[in-house]
Order: sequence, then C-alpha cells, then structure tokens
Amino acid sequence: MTDQPLLKATAVHKSFGEVEVLKGIDLTVRQGQVVSLIGASGSGKTTFLRCVNLLEEHDGGEILLDGDPIGYQVSGGKRRRLSETRISAQRARIGMVFQQFNLFPHLTAGENVMLGLTKVMGKSKAEAREIAEHWLRRVGLAERRDHYPYQLSGGQQQRVAIARAVAMQPRLLLFDEVTSALDPELVAEVLGVMHALADAGMTMLLVSHEMLFVRDVSHHVVFLDKGRIAQEGPPAEVFDNPESERLRSFLGRFHGLFGKVGNGSERPTQD
Amino acid sequence: MIDYHFDWGVIARNADKLTDALLLGLWLAVVSLAIGCVIGLVTAYARVSGKWWLSRPVWLYVEFIRCTPLLLLVFFLYFGLPEFDISFLDKTQSFILSLSLYAGAYMSEVFRAGLASIPKQYVEAAKAIGLRPWQRQAYVVLPVMFRITLPSVSNNLISLFKDTSLAAAIAVPELTFTARQINANTFRVMESWLTASALYLATAYLIALVLRQIERRYAAIR
Amino acid sequence: MESWMTPGSFLFEAWQSRQGLLAGLAVTLASSALSIVMATVCGLLMGIGLTFGWWWLRLLARLYVDLMRGIPVLVLILFTYYGLALFGINVAAFWAGVIALGAFATAHVAENFRGAVESVPAGQMEAAKAIGLTFPKRLWYVILPQAVRRMLPPWVNTGLEIVKGTTLLSIIGVVELLLASQQVMARNYMIIDFYLLAMVMYLIINFAIAQLGGLLERRFSYLRY
Repeated sequence: MTDQPLLKATAVHKSFGEVEVLKGIDLTVRQGQVVSLIGASGSGKTTFLRCVNLLEEHDGGEILLDGDPIGYQVSGGKRRRLSETRISAQRARIGMVFQQFNLFPHLTAGENVMLGLTKVMGKSKAEAREIAEHWLRRVGLAERRDHYPYQLSGGQQQRVAIARAVAMQPRLLLFDEVTSALDPELVAEVLGVMHALADAGMTMLLVSHEMLFVRDVSHHVVFLDKGRIAQEGPPAEVFDNPESERLRSFLGRFHGLFGKVGNGSERPTQD
Repeated sequence: MIDYHFDWGVIARNADKLTDALLLGLWLAVVSLAIGCVIGLVTAYARVSGKWWLSRPVWLYVEFIRCTPLLLLVFFLYFGLPEFDISFLDKTQSFILSLSLYAGAYMSEVFRAGLASIPKQYVEAAKAIGLRPWQRQAYVVLPVMFRITLPSVSNNLISLFKDTSLAAAIAVPELTFTARQINANTFRVMESWLTASALYLATAYLIALVLRQIERRYAAIR
Repeated sequence: MESWMTPGSFLFEAWQSRQGLLAGLAVTLASSALSIVMATVCGLLMGIGLTFGWWWLRLLARLYVDLMRGIPVLVLILFTYYGLALFGINVAAFWAGVIALGAFATAHVAENFRGAVESVPAGQMEAAKAIGLTFPKRLWYVILPQAVRRMLPPWVNTGLEIVKGTTLLSIIGVVELLLASQQVMARNYMIIDFYLLAMVMYLIINFAIAQLGGLLERRFSYLRY
C-alpha cells in the first residue's frame, strides 16, 4: 500500500484563446483531506477545479487521480486524449456539486440520485433506490424523494445535488462555489451537510467564498492569484499570516473577519 | 430514368413577365405589412389598455385569424364581399385586404409582446421628467419598441412575401401564378418551378440580409 | 309547427350537402394526419442529423431546412404535383399534396428539435458528464427527455400550420373541406353561408389544436425552473 496522494496535479496549464488562466498549478490532495481554493474571480480557481474532472481540458501538465492520469496520457513523448469511455469512467470516480445545482428537472429527487447508480455503476433499481434513500436521509430530505426540483427550495436542491454526487462513492468530491447562488438563509443547511461529509472523512476539494466555513473545515487552504498559487498552508497560517499584499487585500474584503488585515493594524477578531 | 432536356430559353423569353411578377409579389407583401403594422399597433394598444371591451374583441380577432387558413380568407373576401355589394375591389386589392388582415393579427401579437417587454424604468423616467402621455409614447415607448420588435417584424415580412403566392389562387399575376402559366403553356415543368423556387429563395435571402443590416444599425436597447 | 328546415334556407342546404362536406372534412383530417406523421418521423431524424451529425450531415440538413423555409408551401405543392407526374410517378393529387406538406413540415420539426436541444441549459450536459455518463447515455437519459418536452408546443404549432396548409391542396384538385364547400356553393350560390360554415369548422379544429398546445406549454413549464 503506497502512501500515494489521492490527487496530484503537476504544472497544470490552461488557456482560453489568448488568455492564460492557469500558469502552472501544483497541488496535492491526500485521502481524507479537505482542500479549499480561494482567490479573486479570474484567479483560475474554478477553472482548475473543472480541469480535475475534465469539464475543462488542461493544455499542459498532468493531473493524477490515484495515479491514473486524467483525460490525457503522455506516451512516447506524445500527449494523447483518452477515449470517451475511459474519461467517463474517471469522472464516475469524482463527484461534483455545481453552483447552479444542475439537477435534472425531468426526474424526481430520488431519480436524480439513482441515475448515476443505475446507468453508470450498473446497480439494480432496488439497490439504487436503497442507496438513494439512504443519502437523501443523510442530507435531511428523505421525505422529498418523489418531489421534482421545481418543488424544492434552492438549499434543498443543492442538498439533493450533494446526495447525487456522494451516492456514487467517489474518491474525491468537487464543490464549485456551491452556496453562491443561494439566498443567505439557505446557505447554512448546505454548509452543514458539507461539514458532516468532511467529518466523516470524505476527500473534498472546494472553491468557496464562505471564508469562515473554509477556515473551519479545511485542512489545507490554497490562495490562487492570477493563475498561480500565491500561498498555501493550514488555514491558521493562510488567514492569520498572509504573506503577500494581494492575499492581505483579498482577505481584507471580508469585513474584518480575520486577524491582522489591511495595513497591519490590530483588529478585533470575530469569535 | 427519364430524359429531360432543359430549355432555359423558355425562362429567358418570359424573363420580363417573371420580373414583373416578382416585383408585384414584393409590392403585395410590403403594402400588406404596412397596413398590418397599423392594425397591429392600434390593436396592441387596445390589448394592453386594460379595458375588456377593447381587449376582448382584439383577442377574438387574433385567435380567429390564427385559426383560419389564409386561402379561405382570400376566397371569402374575394367572392364574398361582392355579395355585400362591396364590389369595387379588384383581385389585387382584395388580396391585399386579406393579407393585411392576416398580417394585422400577427403584428398585433408582436407589438403586444413588445409593449409588455419595455422595462418599466423607461416609462417611469419619462413620467419623472414630465412628459405627457402621448409624448411618452411617441418619444420613449415607440422608439424602444421599434428596436425590440424589429427582428419579429423582419421575419413576418419574409413570411408575408411567401404568403403572396396564394394570390395565384385568384389569378393575381404574381410569381406562382406566372410560373404555373409558363408551366401550362410550355410543359417545361422543371424550368418554370425551379426558377420560381430560386427567385423566392433569393428574394427571401436578400430581404433577410437587408433587414439584418437594419437590425444591426438599430440593435435593441437592453 | 313549421319546420325551420325549409328548402332554400341555409340549414336545409347544409343538411343536403352534409355528405360532401363531411367527406371534405375527412380528407382534410386524413391529409393533415398523414402529413403530421411523416413530418414528425422525418423531422426528428433530420433534427438529429442537424444537431448531432457529422459536419456534412449537418450541412445537408441545414440546406434542406433553409430551402423548405425559403419556398412558399404552395410552390412546393405545385412543383411536387407537376414534377412527380413528369417523372412518370403517377400519384393522385392527394398523395402529392401529403408528400409536399410533409416535406415542408419536416424542416420545421427538424428546426424545432434543434432549437429544443440547444435550449437545454449547458449545466445539464455538465452534470451528466460529472456523474460519468457516456455521450449516448447523456443524450438518452438527460438531454433528450428535456428536449422532447420543450419541443411539444412548437410541434403542435407545426401541426396547426399543416391543417391550415391542407386548404392549399384544393388548388391541385384535392376535395378537402375548402373545395368541398366551394362545390356546394357552386350548386346553390349560398357563398357567404358556406364560407362561414367552413370558417367555423376550421376554427373549431384549429382552436382545439391551439388549446392543446397551450396546455402542453403549461404542463411542461416546470422544466424552465
């Protein structure tokens, strides 16, 4: 048994036309870790997240999931795109929760969760139903199994989306600003579910603006600035000892929630 | 397989007839659209007036036209109006009346949607600077609506141009009628119908091109 | 009690001509139904080609759609009618008309399909990818179920246009409702009456179809949450 990291990204580059959004990202996520990506919009954090399950295709570098290269393989010096079948299989091992929920509107909550179980993992309908009900119960929506997305609030939809992703027992869960589209009073219920998942040992990679949550739940925080990692480390380190001016000004935007901000003057911390 | 020898000379000899026919078709379409726009604008305002005795009749008119085949309307007006002693309309005028009433219903819906989609802020701003109701309509609402509805109006013009082919049913010498005539006189099926089709296609394409340019110039304010 | 069905009155004449009119109505409904079926089947196939096909298939489909939408239906009907006879294919005017209307509406159905698929939000495809579905399964389980439901109102509208289009078949001699009415008028000169009767009949049929379309639109509006 190797002490292989679950996810290892090396020198990941990505450009959109002329604009280079990722300028060489190196990131390691170990099993059971919760890693958060923070940064200003345009810093590349969402792009990188989407490269992990190949919703965006990285132009250079390598992303390894359990040692298996995502999307592209380098053989004999040539970079070849993997077959659709293999890519789909890779995606099945990674779960993703989207900012806009993206629940399938023509299916009930239960059916949303069951779809991946039956059509990707090949489970029987009965087995899939059991698993779906289990996870809907875990996110607190057991009684909504037969409801359609339009009948659910934003927070409920997002929780179903989380159940949908987790039910497939992924190696890694990706969260793309999953509370940004929610009304403030619904954010807490979703963060609660995410916290529970983290406590249960789920490996998570999240992009979020909820700084208090990020500080609370992460083992490792990565600050991206203009496509590069500017600082990374345990939350206490990144939030309390921002090294760069950019990180300081970024954190300063969060209304004095953090220790020393701005020009270094003492500010009361939020407890 | 049959042997078909194309004789494009037939088309060349009838070129002037075909050109006149095409221009007549365009004329029919433009006039009908113009009248249709007037009808549509007036009825659209009636629809949004909130007074049931104005909006209900308009709704009836629109639904009626929407459910009635154009050809039936054409025949009805052409053969039916003389029964009411209204016989001063010739074939062409009768057809224009039919097509205008038809267009009016569609334009009514276009303008109704256009009026509804004007952001409230514009009207409120106009009120705030003290413009009187008719001024608000003339200087704020209508110009904005013109830009918003331009794409729909363009599409309707092209549709109406194609609908002018129905005038052939009452022997108005537009393109379809002329093509049928040539076909009947010369038995040159392929030449006559291919030419007619090509002329319709080319004209529709040109109209679309010109209108797209106008649209670009007056792109909708959002 | 005096009968309101006196000879010479409209009701009397209508009753006398009921067979002809009902036969015409039957032809209208039959030709509409056949054209709708043809257009739906061919239109869906063409729509799939238009949306998902190889580049040359998309081009061909695009050309077909643009062609059918640029030519007036009447020209298509006449061209088909005279053209088929030319090629020695002796079909009755009825079938020439059905084929022409069907071919015309195929373009509309194909375009409706393409529009419906493109109107499905991009996030749906992404979510389908994220749970590991392969492309065919993404289409079958996620995209198409939504696209087909979104397509229903425009499809009903196409049906409506077909029914109205069957009146054009009268010009090539098919005795559908319009021509049947005109034949009755030729006998009894009750022009206004029978045109109005025809209008009412078309109104009833088409209004019913339009209401169906509205119903479907409301029923599936939840997809646009």
